Amino acid sequence: MNALYSVLVVLALVLAALAGGRIEAGRAVLMLAVPYTALTIFLVGFCARVLRWAWVPVPFHIPTTCGQQKALSWIRPSKVDNPSTRWGVFVRMAAEVLLFRSLFRNNRARMAEKRLILGESKYLWLGALAFHWALLLILLRHLRLFIEPVPAWIDGLERLDSFFQIGAPQLYLSDVILLVALSYLILRRFRDPAVRFISLFTDYFALFLLLGIAVSGVLMRYYVRVDILSVKQFALSLAAFRPVDLSTLSPLFLAHLLLVCTLAAYFPFSKLMHMGGVFLSPTRNLANDSRRRRHINPWNYPVKKHTYAEWEEEFHDKLQAAGMPLEADDAGKARTN
Amino acid sequence: MPEKLVQIEPKPPRGDWRNPKVEFRKGAMCYSAAAKNLTYLGLPNARAWQPTDSDWKLPPDWKQIILNGMKDRLGKYRSFRLFMDICVRCGACADKCHFYLGSADPKNMPVARAELIRSVYRRYFTLTGRLFGSLAGGRELTEDVIKEWFYYFYQCTECRRCSVFCPYGIDTAEITMMGRELLNLIGCNINWVLEPAANCFRTGNHLGIQPHGFKDSIDFAAGEAAEITGLDIEVPINRKGAEILFVMPSADYFATPHYYTLLGYLMLFREIGLDYTVSAYASEGGNFGFFSSHEMMKRLNAKIYDEAKRLGVKWILGGECGHMWRVLHQYMDTMNGPADFLEVPVSPVTGTVFEHARSTKMVHICEFTADLIHHGKLKLDPRRNDHWNVTYHDSCNPARGMGLLEEPRYILNHVSRNFHEMPENTIREQTFCCGSGAGLGTDENLETRLRGGFPRANAVKYVKQKYGVNLLTCICAIDKATLPTLLEYWVPGVEVGGVHELLGNALVMTGEKERTTDLRGEPLATAEAPVGGESEAAHA
Repeated sequence: MNALYSVLVVLALVLAALAGGRIEAGRAVLMLAVPYTALTIFLVGFCARVLRWAWVPVPFHIPTTCGQQKALSWIRPSKVDNPSTRWGVFVRMAAEVLLFRSLFRNNRARMAEKRLILGESKYLWLGALAFHWALLLILLRHLRLFIEPVPAWIDGLERLDSFFQIGAPQLYLSDVILLVALSYLILRRFRDPAVRFISLFTDYFALFLLLGIAVSGVLMRYYVRVDILSVKQFALSLAAFRPVDLSTLSPLFLAHLLLVCTLAAYFPFSKLMHMGGVFLSPTRNLANDSRRRRHINPWNYPVKKHTYAEWEEEFHDKLQAAGMPLEADDAGKARTN
Repeated sequence: MPEKLVQIEPKPPRGDWRNPKVEFRKGAMCYSAAAKNLTYLGLPNARAWQPTDSDWKLPPDWKQIILNGMKDRLGKYRSFRLFMDICVRCGACADKCHFYLGSADPKNMPVARAELIRSVYRRYFTLTGRLFGSLAGGRELTEDVIKEWFYYFYQCTECRRCSVFCPYGIDTAEITMMGRELLNLIGCNINWVLEPAANCFRTGNHLGIQPHGFKDSIDFAAGEAAEITGLDIEVPINRKGAEILFVMPSADYFATPHYYTLLGYLMLFREIGLDYTVSAYASEGGNFGFFSSHEMMKRLNAKIYDEAKRLGVKWILGGECGHMWRVLHQYMDTMNGPADFLEVPVSPVTGTVFEHARSTKMVHICEFTADLIHHGKLKLDPRRNDHWNVTYHDSCNPARGMGLLEEPRYILNHVSRNFHEMPENTIREQTFCCGSGAGLGTDENLETRLRGGFPRANAVKYVKQKYGVNLLTCICAIDKATLPTLLEYWVPGVEVGGVHELLGNALVMTGEKERTTDLRGEPLATAEAPVGGESEAAHA
């Protein structure tokens, strides 16, 4: 049901773009109001969300240690999975963000003849990594639309991406990888009973929105060709805050644009914020040095304790009978010093 | 033992997790905390009730209390706010939880456990949740949700295994701790957590042993160690001016098989002539406050530094215990420090400066002993442990909340000649919990424990069949208390012991009489062969 709703919402967005593109006012909204609004929501929302996390203190030092600690000098510590220095934390975070280190550990449990078997399982890691890197590459490639003249490094990226020189226009590898990885992630959400059980509308929505964006983009490049020059003109004018109306832009482009804007505006309110959040995770971004260096809790407050004096008073006679040392004198009165 | 044999039947999750109805069943739940314990600790809403009652006698404004409590904690713990926001429900954690693997209850998937509270967060604390409700994954906070929280947050052992696999490091232990703190605000606690906490607050230890009883237990152990070794062994209690304060979990001096580990400590301290004392006031290293709230954790933990200060020791040594070390390693200094009245720990035998504990001033006994062995200060005869085929169970908290992985293995490899690791995916940072930690080690919920202990037991069974393992060693008091039952059920014939129990067996003490039994009183395999000579284990 959740999946169906999210597909419907994405289709509705596409239809809205197609319909809106037919009338002048609709085009103005889709090409001016929507992009600027979406961009504003994205930037403000993203920053606000990250700042809100950052403002909340980290009261305790709680890294999840995934390797040997640094303690005795002759036992080799695991410098990355259980970092004891800032440099170690940096590498750990880099491995987490760039290579999805933790996901790489993944294994799959299954029962066979009353025994639990833990088998290798790297598909989720591979799918997620492929998806994210392909998306990044595609985003960077899109910069060519916003910059004139196009920087050499973007040209370089494109040549790399179309390395195999298949077809005309040349096939981008990142397009293929993105579609395959996205399809895998969607299929997995349907087919793995555990994942399906926990999936919310928002999980499907994010996936189908991305799929809509990818498919409309691929269609525009390989099948229903758009006038790339007008697209670039439009993008440059947007970036320069001097929007011009280009009635030559195809409805498909408008759909692509609306889906992208939806994603941007939805981003700060969604789980997609894991992009910013992963950097702040206290189980990953702290060095395991809590016995070497005192971690300060800004809101540490005094609590009601049961002091030694109270304890001794309560058990005075028993302590005395057992011949255990006492602070108080024999009468049970605490010494003054 | 449960009436019906527990069977592990994996079945694909079905239904809608948003339905909060749970069935409280004997054997699968813990009973409520007795009113007297709440009253003693000054906790709200002390009353007589049970989870099976339909009316939980919540305070009239319970909903507001919970929501205010959430708001308060969202502003105090970045972990909480962040973990509420960034989960993508990728499901990598799902089959990492021992309770999910053992019960096939889909709400035991770490992600689902967190969603129980996340859904309420979204409904009341996010814009999309307030606007779109269930479409945005929001859920109304009802009494049934409270009951569901109670059921599932007292069915998580805060072992952090899921956190190892999460791409964002989302730690279900944090979520469960918050869930339990919130439940505590309206008086929904379990007795197995609060009674030990109340005991500890009053007497100094979870078991509620009063000072004279503490002395009796310690003296008895000293006597037994003396009998085994033929040496005078005395244990100073509350002695001012000692160099080191030794703190252990109370089970070590009051339960078996922990007790043999205590004998091992005492023999070690005697052999190296350690200038130490134990304390009847700080007679508990463990901390059941950790299982109810951060504040309770701090209240109980405070005794250790306070007592170290009063006795004028230089530093603190801690025994074998799991969550005790999570608290000591990650919380104590922050909560109750700075320990500027203590000195940076230095081993009086080897001169090793324990730099890694420079601020906390507390060293783990495995670190201390491994250092002794490394410097060749102990004469060890590992043949005395030849009757044991040993494996080692990494206790969750020292593994994932500290990284104490090699020190105990180093000791074991020097005190035993038959050490075998369990499969890779089940040890070190990927170790499986005993299924009874975080205050769940009671007989009330035995079925849940047996299910939760299954993945661990499964790995033990593997090494038992492959290497004939008959002893599982560990460094956690809860493991030692609960694993014997679980292994008896799943892998009969494997005993549970501590690392320092085996050390005590192997330790060749100056002037000791010839040993004929191990610390358990079992005859030694090498009893006829002469013992002694330079141990092959004395150098690394």
